[in-house]
Amino acid sequence: MNATAESYVTEDGRTIGGKVMEMKNITLKFGGVTAISNISFDIREGEIRAIIGPNGAGKSSMLNVINGFYHPQEGEIWFRGEKRKPMKPYQIAQQGIARTFQNIALFKGMSTLDNIMTGRFTHMKTNMFWQAVWKGPAEREENLNRDIVEHVIDFLEIQAIRKTPVGRLPYGLQKRVELGRALAAQPKLLLLDEPMAGMNVEEKEDMSRFILDVNDEFGTTIALIEHDMGVVMDISDRVVVLDYGKKIGDGTPDEVRNNQDVIDAYLGVAHD
Amino acid sequence: MSANFFYTIEVIANGLMTGVMYSLVALGFVLIFKASGVFNYAQGVMALFAAMTLVGIQTGQVPFAHLINVIFGTHLDKFGWEVPTFIAILIALAVMIGFAFLVERYILKHLVNQDPIILFMATIGLAYFMEGFGDLMWGSEIKKLDVGLPQGGNVWLENATAGWAEGFYGFYIDNLDMWATAIAIVLVAGLIVFSNYTKTGRALRAVADDNQAALSVGISLRKIWVIVWSLAGLVALVAGIMWGAKSGVQFSLSLIALKALPVLMLGGFTSIPGAIVGGMIIGVGEKLFEFTVGPYIGGATENWFAYVLALIFLVFRPQGLFGEKIIERV
Repeated sequence: MNATAESYVTEDGRTIGGKVMEMKNITLKFGGVTAISNISFDIREGEIRAIIGPNGAGKSSMLNVINGFYHPQEGEIWFRGEKRKPMKPYQIAQQGIARTFQNIALFKGMSTLDNIMTGRFTHMKTNMFWQAVWKGPAEREENLNRDIVEHVIDFLEIQAIRKTPVGRLPYGLQKRVELGRALAAQPKLLLLDEPMAGMNVEEKEDMSRFILDVNDEFGTTIALIEHDMGVVMDISDRVVVLDYGKKIGDGTPDEVRNNQDVIDAYLGVAHD
Repeated sequence: MSANFFYTIEVIANGLMTGVMYSLVALGFVLIFKASGVFNYAQGVMALFAAMTLVGIQTGQVPFAHLINVIFGTHLDKFGWEVPTFIAILIALAVMIGFAFLVERYILKHLVNQDPIILFMATIGLAYFMEGFGDLMWGSEIKKLDVGLPQGGNVWLENATAGWAEGFYGFYIDNLDMWATAIAIVLVAGLIVFSNYTKTGRALRAVADDNQAALSVGISLRKIWVIVWSLAGLVALVAGIMWGAKSGVQFSLSLIALKALPVLMLGGFTSIPGAIVGGMIIGVGEKLFEFTVGPYIGGATENWFAYVLALIFLVFRPQGLFGEKIIERV
């Protein structure tokens, strides 16, 4: 890690480490449309990093770049001190980046338990032969991973819906199960795409608490996109602001709140 | 009890076992449909190809013998050895797995994110390609497949039950059907356990539900496709062996795939147990119908009964008996 990597301790006593991920001059185009232009920012170990911006600012595109669904035309992505080669999303998941989706992408026909078990996929290594035989290594591995999943279920307080097919669950709970699936992977970096979209106040409070608890208890580094400003300013350590694919602000919630460009982007500028 | 009663039972038993044979074919469809939403038109031809390959290896046929003879003016036919059945089955299985790799590599990979109808058309093309390729590789004549399973009526059962009623000469149950049923049950139980309790099984179901989410938890779609097509190849091989042993390895083997369609409509395209129960209902239904109503309307009802039954089912339960509930949230 480089010289800017000194760690510091936050007011509430968490230790923020060096850079886990660094995006350098990322540009992403879809045909003639530039979704992200020349954006650089970093994510430090153990922090909650928010990406905000008006609709169409390029937030989700940025998450998709990190997670490998999109490949930027220009720029470098550094993950844990190494420059990342272009990779398939499943390879990136194997590197320890888990995510949730804006529109919930759960396996609707499967139970909550099975959904969260899929989060353990990258940690399960026994080969097809043992899985087919089922006894021996495969069984041991299954039980071991099951323990971790049960822990996640306890943590998110969703014991009551363990066996329910997730397609039947209400929206707020589905969001929670999706968070559970990502957590089960014990990711080095957790990406949350609008974890509170469409929730009522109570559900939002629950979700904020879970996000803070995850960060606090497991030290998980979290990057999230969120529209609810109150929530963002409350829970994140640093915020990067995008508008029309460009970065217009980056810093602590207070710094961002007082940044004139950000205020203009959100409130609109008077054209005279 | 009257002889008629026992004959009815015999009809039901035979129907059940025929049904299991249908299920074996339907199972292959379900596996691929579940994991990729693609109706694999080539499943029947895969069964035919697997059976042809098995016979070819078993009897030591030279692959592409005809082609080679025409080009080089040689007179190749057989290697002159016979491969033991068990080893031949393993080799045939290896061929089917190799086939799965090729399908993924040369077809599916290029059709990622296409509509299911496009993939369906691709499987039609694949079916005709395989049919021709199989003929070219192993010859198109009707072949006899003998894997050492006993055939013909079970004498013991027939003798033991003869005379249970006036004019009843004992149950006539084909040994091969009994074997097929036992093997099918083992296969299905294995597949159910595999898909419910193993990591790969869960991954298969995950891919079936949501490709993007599956990628995001680290599942490689291409690997899963190879696994699914390999499993479908395994099922095709088993179906090919059973049907081949029953009625010879020939082109009509690929048409049993059509019988699998009503089975799927009854059982649901996405349910492994559904394929079995659907097959049994069709099997018993068509045999009983033929036995009871057939004589009055001129017979040969087996040709259409299954389709009519499926049609009725479609009206009342479009997702099939065991199909995943279609949950729409509004």
